[in-house]
Amino acid sequence: MKFLARVEVGHQAGILDPQGATVQRALPALGYENISEVKIGKSIRLVIEANSESDAREQIEKMCEHLLTNPVIETYEISLVELTGDAAENSAGE
Amino acid sequence: MIDKATYQALGLTDDEYEAIVELLGRHPNELEVAMYSVMWSEHCSYKSSKVHLRRLPTTAPWVLVGPGEGAGVIDIGDDLAIAVRIESHNHPSAIEPYQGAATGVGGIIRDIFSMGARPIALMDPLRFGSLDDARTRYLVEGVVAGISGYGNSVGVPTVGGELVFDDCYRENPLVNVFCLGILPKSRLVFARAEGVGNLAVLLGSATGRDGIGGASVLASAGFDDSSATKRPSVQVGDPFEEKRLIEACLELLDEGLALGVQDLGAAGLSCAAAETAAATGAGMDVDFTQVPQREPNMNPIEIMTSESQERMLAIVTPENLDRVLALCARWEVRANVVGHVTDTGRFRIFSGSFTGNDPADMSRCVADIPCASLGQGPVYERPQARPLDHAEVLLADPAPELLAMFPDGTDLSGELLRLLSTPTIGDSSWVWRQYDHQLFLNTVVGPGGDATVLRLPDTERGLALSVDGKARFCRLDPNTGARLGVLEAARNVACSGAEPRALVNCLNFGNPEHPEVMWQFSQAVDGMSEACSALGIPVIGGNVSFYNESRGADIDPTPVVGVIGVIDSLAAPPPGMAFSPGEHVVTLGTTLGEFGGSEWAYVVHGIDGGSPPVADLDAARYLHGLIRDLVSRRVVSAVHDVSDGGYGVALAEMAIAGGVGASLIPEDDQSHAAWCFSESASRIVVTVPPEKLSEVLTAAADAKVAARDCGTTGGTRLIVNGVFDVAVSDLATTWRSAVPLALGVNE
Amino acid sequence: MARRVAVVVFPGTNCELDVARAISSLGAHTESVFHLEDSLGSAEAVIIPGGFAHGDYLRTGALAQFSPIMESVSAFAAAGGPVLGICNGFQILTETGLLPGALQKNAGLKFLCASVGLSVASNRSVLTRTTTVGDQLQIPINHFEGNYICDRETLAQMKANDQIVLRYTDNPNGSLDDIAGVSNEAGNVVGLMPHPERASAEILGSVDGLVLLESFLAPL
Repeated sequence: MKFLARVEVGHQAGILDPQGATVQRALPALGYENISEVKIGKSIRLVIEANSESDAREQIEKMCEHLLTNPVIETYEISLVELTGDAAENSAGE
Repeated sequence: MIDKATYQALGLTDDEYEAIVELLGRHPNELEVAMYSVMWSEHCSYKSSKVHLRRLPTTAPWVLVGPGEGAGVIDIGDDLAIAVRIESHNHPSAIEPYQGAATGVGGIIRDIFSMGARPIALMDPLRFGSLDDARTRYLVEGVVAGISGYGNSVGVPTVGGELVFDDCYRENPLVNVFCLGILPKSRLVFARAEGVGNLAVLLGSATGRDGIGGASVLASAGFDDSSATKRPSVQVGDPFEEKRLIEACLELLDEGLALGVQDLGAAGLSCAAAETAAATGAGMDVDFTQVPQREPNMNPIEIMTSESQERMLAIVTPENLDRVLALCARWEVRANVVGHVTDTGRFRIFSGSFTGNDPADMSRCVADIPCASLGQGPVYERPQARPLDHAEVLLADPAPELLAMFPDGTDLSGELLRLLSTPTIGDSSWVWRQYDHQLFLNTVVGPGGDATVLRLPDTERGLALSVDGKARFCRLDPNTGARLGVLEAARNVACSGAEPRALVNCLNFGNPEHPEVMWQFSQAVDGMSEACSALGIPVIGGNVSFYNESRGADIDPTPVVGVIGVIDSLAAPPPGMAFSPGEHVVTLGTTLGEFGGSEWAYVVHGIDGGSPPVADLDAARYLHGLIRDLVSRRVVSAVHDVSDGGYGVALAEMAIAGGVGASLIPEDDQSHAAWCFSESASRIVVTVPPEKLSEVLTAAADAKVAARDCGTTGGTRLIVNGVFDVAVSDLATTWRSAVPLALGVNE
Repeated sequence: MARRVAVVVFPGTNCELDVARAISSLGAHTESVFHLEDSLGSAEAVIIPGGFAHGDYLRTGALAQFSPIMESVSAFAAAGGPVLGICNGFQILTETGLLPGALQKNAGLKFLCASVGLSVASNRSVLTRTTTVGDQLQIPINHFEGNYICDRETLAQMKANDQIVLRYTDNPNGSLDDIAGVSNEAGNVVGLMPHPERASAEILGSVDGLVLLESFLAPL
C-alpha cells in the first residue's frame, strides 16, 4: 500500500515562535484586527509504502522522533491518505 | 524554419537573424536560434559597449589575465595570485529580491573558482530608491537576506560594500556583487576544451526549467511592470550544493584531474560547452539525454539553455574519469559525462546517440553550429547625443542659493544632524551585521571603514579593497563623475597604506538605444580610462548592465568600480578613523565651494544641478602618495576619507567611532558652509600626535598637498568654532538610527 | 596538553581551517576528519567547528548526527574525552543529545555577525577550567540560530550541576538566561555559539578566544 503522509511540525507549548509573533504583529497593520494567534511551523510531505496505515504511521513517528523533528522544541502531527490508481503510479501526490 | 515572430520574441533583430543564416549557410532550427538569441543578447555579447570598452587601459606587468575571461587575475608576489570579478544582478533582484541577490552571489563565486581560485571575499554595492516606499523596504530586506543567506552558508565572507539610496533606482535597484579569490599561481586554469576524445563532465545540480531564456533576456530589454510576469523563470539558489561544488572543483584542479572547469551561466550548458571548445578551436559533441533532469518531459531546448544554478562543466581525460567520479561522490556532487571534445570545430547536440569516440550518428543530431559563432555576435556603434539641457544643468550651481540661506555665523549643527540622518550617510551596520564578514580569519578591517583590509595567510602582506560609484556626479557630468568614482576608491585604498594594483568595473546604465545613454556611457568610459591611466591602475575585468530603466526613465549613469590594493607589510591594523584625545586634527587637500550633486544640496535641500567637484588627477596622485607614506610609517593615529557630506560628516564619523569630540577652527578663506559640506575631491582628515605634527606638515608640503592643523581632539562635543557644536552622543544616536528608522525596524 | 586535535568536517562545514589555524598557533596539531570516517584515530581532543553542515537543511545540525563519525564522537565523549562544539558544532551536539537544550532562530529574526561580551559562568568545564568565574571575554558570534532554549527542569538541573559555562553580558539573540555556552554534566563536552577562533590574534581585534582554547587543550 502507498500513502501520502503529511507531517505538520509545530512548536512545543511555551516555546517562543518569533516568526509567528512577527507576522501576528504585522497583520493588524494591513487591516486584519481579528487575528489572535499566528504560529509558523513546517510541513513535510512524503510518500511511503507500508503494509497498513498503522504500520505507515508507526514508521513516520519513528522518523519524527529521530530526525524530522527536534522533540526539545517541536511537536508533530501526522496525517495519512492512501494513494490509489494513478496517484499511486505517479507518487507525486500533487 | 523559424518565423519572424519567434526570433523577434527571443530578442533577435532581422539583421541578426540574417547573420545567423549566413553563418550556418541555412536557416537555424529552434534549438539553434534559442542559443544564438541568448549568446547574442546585450547581456552576453556586449554588442553596444564593446567599441567603447577598448579604450580602457588593461595592461600592467603584474596582470596575468585581463578582461574577457571568467575573472581578472593579478600576480601579487610570493607565487600568489588574486582573481577578481564584479557583476550585476539588477533585474532578477527587482523581481525576486532574495533569490535574485542569492543567485548573483552564487554565479560570481563560480566564476572565481573556475579560474582555480578559492573565493575568500565578497562585496556588495547596493542601490535602492527612497525608503519611504514600502516596496523599496521589501526589496532592501530581501536583497540583504539573500546575500546573507547564500553568502554565509556557502562559506565566503561578505567583507564590504555600499548602501546608497536615490529615487532613480525606485523600480530598478542595483545589486552588484564583487568576488575575490586567491590561488597559487600554478593552479591558474582556463576553461578550455583540449584534446580530442576528452570528456565533458557536468557537475552539480540537476537541470530544471528555471531561468530558461530568463536572466540574459531579462537583462537585455526594457524593464517594466510586465517583467513581473516572468517570475516563473526565477532561478533558485542552493548554497549547500555550491559549497560542495567549490570543494570538489578545487580538489579536482589540485589533483590535476580536470583540464579546466567552466561555470554554466547564461544559456546554460550550450554556451558553456561551445565556449570551452571555441577557446581552443576544437569542437564539442553533447548528448542532451545524458543531462540529469529535475523535472520530467523536458525538451532539448529547455535542457540545453536552462540556467539552473550550481552547475559546472569539467573537461577530463578518459583515464581520469573514474577518479573524477569518485572524488565527486565523496563530496556528494552529481557528475555525468555529457559530451566529448572533437576536432570538428563544431558544436553538435545529439539525442541519445552519445557513443564516446565512435563516428557520430548524424541522424540523431539536433543542432550543429560552428563553436566560435556564438561568440561572434554583432557589434554596434550606437548613436550618441549629449543631452540638450546639459550645459544648462552644469550652470545651475546650487552654491549661491545655499550660501544665501546659510551665511557665515549661522549655526550649522542642525544641518549636520540632518546629513547624518540620511540613510546613505547613516550607519549601515544593520546591513552588514547580517553578513558573515570574518570567516577565514583574514578580516583586519571589515565593513564600515574606508577600505576593507584583509591579511593574506602565510605572508606579511595584506589587501585593501574598496567599491565606489558616484552616480549623482555622473548624472551632472559622466566623465567627471566616473573619474571621481575611481579617485574615491583609490583614495580609500590609499588610506589603509595600500598601492592600487587593479580595478574592476560594473557599468550600470539605462537603455543603450537612447542616444543620451550611449553618450553618458562613452563619456564615463573616457573618464574612467583617464583616471586609471593617471593612477597607473589597470582595468582587469568588468560587466555592463544596460536597460536599467522603468517606465521610460533611465537610471542615473552608475559606473561602480572595485579597486584592489596591496599592502606590503601588514604587521598591525592600519590606523582606522577613531578620534582619541589629545591629538591634532589635520586636513589634507583643498576645499572649494563645490555643492553640485552633493548630499547637502540634493538630499537635504532638494537642489539639483550644478557641476560635480573638479577631479584633478595630479592632486589625487600627490595625496594618495602622501597618505600611503604617512600610514605606512604610522605617523598618523587616525585617517578618514572625505566623501559624502564633506568635512562635517567625516569629522562626525571620526568622533562617533572614537566616542571623543574635538574643538576646531574652520578655514578662513572659505565660507563656513563650504568648509563643512562641500564635497571637493581628494581630501582626507588625519589625526596626529603632537610630537609628529611638524613631521606630517613637512611631508605634506614636500608632497605638494595643502595641509592645515585645525585644532585638537578631546571632550564630549564636536565643536567647530562659530559653525556647529553638537554632543558626540547626539551625533552617534542620529547616525546609528538613520537606516533602522528609515526601514521601520526595531533595533 | 592535548597535542592531537581532531576537527570534524561535514559537507557544508566552513570554519575547519580557521579552527585549525587558531589551534596550531597554540602549538597543537589538528587533523581534519571527514564525516564518513568512523574513527577519530589517536586524537586527544575533538572539535566540531562552525558552518552549515548539510546546508542546515531540515534543522541546523539535524542531519549531521547520523554521519558515521558521530558514533565515535559519542563514544569518545562517554569515555571522558574533551569535545568542543562551536556554533554549528554546538547545534550538532544538542541534536545528537550530547548536550541539553536546543538552539532556535535569533529573537531578532536576523543573522548576526558581531563581537559580543561574554562572562565566564562556570570554570568546571573543559573549556573554562583555567579561567575564573566572572572573567569577561570579547568574542564574535556569527549565527542565525543561536537562541538557546530548554525546559524549566533542564535549566534547574543545569544550574544545580554548574553546566552553564558562558553567558552573554548583553544578550544578542534572546537566549534563555543569557546562555552562550553549556557543558554536559561531566564538563568534558562543551558547546558555545561564539567563535573563539575568531578572537585568536591581535590583528583581528581580540585574543580572548585563545583563553578558552588554551583551557580546552590543557592537561586533564
